[in-house]
Order: sequence, then structure tokens, then C-alpha cells
Amino acid sequence: MAKRKIIEISPVTRVEGHGKVTIHLDEDNNVHEARLHIVEFRGFERFIQGRLLWEIPVIVQRLCGICPVSHHLAAAKAMDQIVGAHQLTPTAEKMRRLMHYGQVMQSHVLHFFHLCSPDLLFGFGSPVENRNIFGIINEFPELATQAVMMRKFGQTVIRMTAGKKIHGTGAIPGGINKNLSIEERDILLGDIDQMLEWAQGALKLAKDYTLDNLELVNEFGTFPSSHMSLVREDGTLDLYHGNMRALDAMGEAIFDQVDYRKYHKYLVEDVRSWSYMKFPFIKDLGTLDGWYRVGPLARMNTASRIDTPLANSAHRELKSVSGGEPNQTTLANHWARMIEVVHCVEKIKELLHDPELQGDDLIVKGDRQEEGIGVIEAPRGNLIHHYKVDENDQVQFCNLIVSTTHNNEGMNRAVASVAKKYISGQQKITEGMLNHVEVAVRAYDPCLSCATHALGQMPLVVELYDVEGTLLDQGSQCL
Amino acid sequence: MTEKKFKFTIDDQEIEASEGQTIMQAADDAGIYIPRLCDVEGLRHQGSCRVCTVTANGRTTASCTQPAEEGLEVENENEELLNYRRDLVRMLFHEGNHLCPICEASGNCELQAMAYRLSITQPTKFPYLQPVRSLDASHKDIALDTNRCIRCGRCIRASQDVDGKGVFGYVGRGINRRVGVNGDNLADTDAEISDVAIAPETCPVGCIIRKGIGFSKPIGKREFDLSIIGDQPPGGSDD
Repeated sequence: MAKRKIIEISPVTRVEGHGKVTIHLDEDNNVHEARLHIVEFRGFERFIQGRLLWEIPVIVQRLCGICPVSHHLAAAKAMDQIVGAHQLTPTAEKMRRLMHYGQVMQSHVLHFFHLCSPDLLFGFGSPVENRNIFGIINEFPELATQAVMMRKFGQTVIRMTAGKKIHGTGAIPGGINKNLSIEERDILLGDIDQMLEWAQGALKLAKDYTLDNLELVNEFGTFPSSHMSLVREDGTLDLYHGNMRALDAMGEAIFDQVDYRKYHKYLVEDVRSWSYMKFPFIKDLGTLDGWYRVGPLARMNTASRIDTPLANSAHRELKSVSGGEPNQTTLANHWARMIEVVHCVEKIKELLHDPELQGDDLIVKGDRQEEGIGVIEAPRGNLIHHYKVDENDQVQFCNLIVSTTHNNEGMNRAVASVAKKYISGQQKITEGMLNHVEVAVRAYDPCLSCATHALGQMPLVVELYDVEGTLLDQGSQCL
Repeated sequence: MTEKKFKFTIDDQEIEASEGQTIMQAADDAGIYIPRLCDVEGLRHQGSCRVCTVTANGRTTASCTQPAEEGLEVENENEELLNYRRDLVRMLFHEGNHLCPICEASGNCELQAMAYRLSITQPTKFPYLQPVRSLDASHKDIALDTNRCIRCGRCIRASQDVDGKGVFGYVGRGINRRVGVNGDNLADTDAEISDVAIAPETCPVGCIIRKGIGFSKPIGKREFDLSIIGDQPPGGSDD
């Protein structure tokens, strides 16, 4: 009787949150199927029902310890609509933007240096003892220092705009609860040029890796897909606000300049039994063809330009690699991510010189609405928050589509593609081979539970079963 | 006629008191802080939270209701009393649903501030009761989240004695005692946003909510971001 095996990578390491990969092998050890499973259940959509509208931006940010600002701001944007604040004061909007750029910067830096650089600098299959942040600290101490200091800067921006580095309270319905003092501004200005220099260094590292390994990049988890993000009316990249644009694999518009408050007319969520994460798709294209990718590389694909000079120049260079067509690789996400780090630092610098950050007009309110939809470009991609609130100020409905959810199908395809290439037909499966699969997942910077994890408590467990479900072999390691 | 004065000691420090003063009032006048939750300036004393427990001539008593006497030897700061107070405050956390990270009273909450003062960092000694209590947001200006109620009765006394309304009152007995409203819900009562019972300094926690202003004071500017409870004049800062 033919025997099939299932390899389980559980949990996937060096990503935010807990998930696992299962790889199904046939009797010849060829990969039959591979899936990324999200095994946690959060339930925020349900348990915020009944809570008061101004509490929501503070509650929902607890979804995540890495990108709470994104949830905080997306919820605040939705609540702006509910309190009738259709146009924030300049100080409020600029403070929120400053908060957001600080957030995207620190999140991208964390991902690139702490989580991914061991793979890129040491090799996907290099000895696991060294393929971690401590290996980076030992062998590239200057780079490790930059990573820590850049994160610190981004977190300081968040603290000065939201009150705390993690889980602050800055954005409130209709505006913001503080401005940026001159003292705070000057502290940030004191470091900004150093940050820009280091951001450009990180960009060069990511770009050089991509171009020096173009053959690998082009065949590693590469597949055609649609891409979706917010852009401004003229197509410029905007991480805080814009209209929805989706391009197909050839770069043709599926939809463009869609008011994000109509997202539900264009996007639908599918549910599959083996994952707690839903599978969104573009309604007109259907469940099979309607999936798409979001995130840094998707934003580089959808955006026509970037409104800061260094990032715009880097954007053009990245686009030229794929001849102006959408870049369909998985690993070029790192390059795109570092372009966004440069962009964020440029935007922070621009904002710090804007005296409106010291304004005192912080909140506006208008005619009350029952429904609000806030959309933002979070570090990991497009983030949708949708609420309905009753006349007593209590939330009655909530729908959240987080960035990692948009990328669900894309990540699964990347996992399957890489598993087939590196694991199919192998008689002995090594840790290095399995890490290739994790590298593919990591490139999307998924936030699987939107929660932090503890170093040393996330063992990689690999189990081999026969077709009857008998455990044949097992191994684990703690990264 | 001159007010009769006398002396007694708190932690061996001799202080002066006037006839009719409680131990707590005399301590306040002398600049000595005794921790409290149910007692607040301007409302009659109730003596229910027992956080102000001291020993007077060796016997434990609520200092907010116990009259000061000449020659009394009061102990306020010792390890035994500190542990009593810690347990009382811990039990308040465990009896309700106090989710400080998402509560709009955080930073202005006397319960939270008292926990910090008493160095309570892990309120896990007792089981969490996790009561199921609904939020009453029926009133256009006010919401009542009794998940956070510590049954101090400050709103009850303020409504009855100062506002002359009786919007709030205790219902139930023992562990099931809670604060209720004089009607099916808050919208049925004659509560108004201008009532003293609704004033921010009346409710020590986040139970009585003035709608639409939550989180408008930034972190760093909230009352207990600026000082430890008790390290300022009773009644809170004037910020």
C-alpha cells in the first residue's frame, strides 16, 4: 500500500504570531500539497460588540504588539466618519501621519534586520546555530546596532505622538489628543539625518541582495498575481490615506480610485475549514482567480510614483527590474520594504519641519453617522476596519480584514511553490530545506496572531506520519 | 467659643486634632496620607472599602469613620496594614472586570493608582470572578459600566446628599451587592451630566462614563501620570 507522509512545520518561526505549515508528500516523496495554517483564534470582531465607539481605537490595537498603530489609526479613521469628522484639522492629520510613518519604519526594520537578515546574510540553509539575530550581532555588530537604534527612533516617534511606544492613545474620534512639542520635535530632528543614512544603507543591502541573486529571486516563490493597495488620486503611494487600486498580473487595472468605503462591493471573503484566516478575493474575478497580494511589493507595483525623492528613485529602479510590469517575485518584498523605510524617514523629516505639528486645533466633529470604514496601508499591507454603531454609541457590527488575511492565498502559493522546488523527491529532509519554506512565508512579514512571541519558546516541530497516521519520525528545535 | 483641640499620634508623630474630626481628617490636616477609595472630600463618610484601615490603640478600624481621641496611638504605615490594604485592593480587582489597558479611566483611576502605590503588580492571589455585567449606554450623555464598579458608593451619596436625586443605589446583598439605577436603565432616571454624582472626581474608577471624551487627555498628562496617589492634597490635582 502506498504510503503518504505529512511534514508539519509548527510553528513557523521568525514571524509575528503562531502558524504552521503542512507539507503532504506522496509515496515518492514528491510534494502533493502544502498549506500555511493559522491556528489561533482572536475573536475581536465579536467581543468589541457593545463597547463604546471612542474605546475602539484603543481596544482593537491590542490585536497586535508590532503594528498596533495601524489598527489604532484604521479604527480611528472609521470612528472619524461616525462622529462626522470628514476632514481632520491639519495638526491632527499630520500627527497621525507622523505616528504612522514611525510605525511603518520600526516594523519594517524589525522584520528586515531581526527576522529576515539571518536568512539573507548567512544563507537559507546555513547552520541554524548562527542563523538568528544573535548570529547577526556576533558577525555584523554595526548592522545590529543600526537595527536597534532605527527601531528605537521609530518607537520614539510613536511615543511622542501616541503617548506610549506600544498601545498608546493618540488618535481619538475626530482627531488627536496631543500635538508635538518643540522639545519633542528637536529630539527627533537631532537623529533624523543619521536615520536617513542608515535607511539608505539598509535599502542598498536589500537591493544588492536582490540584484546579486536575481536568478534565485526570480525562481523562489514567483508566480503571477494581482496586487492591491491604496494610492492617491494621481497614483502616488500614500500609506495613510487614498483610494483603492487593484492591478492584474500584467499591470492592467481591475479597479482604480475606488472609495474604500465601498470595499465590500469589490472584495469578498471566503472561508476554508483548515484555517482560522479568511481568504479575500476580488468579487468580479471569483474565488479561483480573484485572489491578490498586498504589502510593500504590492504597493510598489500599484503606485505610479512616490512623493519623496530618494524613495521615488529607488521605486523606479525596482520597477525597471521587471520592465515596468508588476514584480511577481516573493523575495523582492525585502527591497520594497526598505524603499518604504527610506520613504518613511523622508516623510518624518518633512513633517518635523512643518509648524502645523505644533498647532492646538486637534479635534473636529460633525453630523453623526451610523457606519464607518477606515482603511490604511499598514506595514504588511492594506488594512480594513468596518464598524456600525447604534444611537447609544455602542458598536453593533465589526469586520476586520487585516493585511496578512489579504495575503493568505499568496502565502499559500509561495509555500507550495517553494516546497515543491526544494523538498520534492528528497529522501532526507533537512532543517535547511524546511527553512526555505519559512523564508517564503517570512518574506510577506505575516502577523499571524497580531501578538508578540517569546524568544526560545517557539520550537520548530517536524513530524513524519505514514498514510495511516502513524508517527514515523519527529524532530524539533528552538530558534 | 473656641474649638476644643487635642493631640494624638500617628506612627509616633504627634498631631493636633479638633473635636469631631475623624482620624483621617486630622491626618489630612497634618499632611499625613492614609490610603482610601470610598472616602472623598465633600461627601459623608461611609467606611465601606476599608482601605483606610489603621490600628488605633492596637485595634483595626476604618480611619475615615473613627473619631480621633486625645492620646490615641494610631499606626498607619506598617507591614501588616500594608498587606491588609493590598489584599483589599486585590479583591476589588478580582471581583470586577478591570481591564486597565483598554479603560478610558486608566491614568485617572484611583483603584489603579492605589495598586501602584501599594506595589501591586500581579493581582493573582485570588480567583477572578469575571462577572457578566452589561454596559448601560442608554443615556445620551452618560454611560454606566458596572464591570468596573468597586461599590464605593460615592455616586450614591453624591446623588442623594448633594444632587438630591437618588439616581443611584445599592441593590443585592453580600458578594452580589452592586450599584443600580432608579429605573430600568440610566435613560429612565433624572441623571444629568451636570450632577455631582456624574462629575469625574466622584467615581474613582471608570464605571460612570461621561460620553465622548474618553482618551482625550494624552498619556503623560493624566492625573496619576503626574503624581502617585496620596502624594498630593486629597481630592486630586486641579489640572
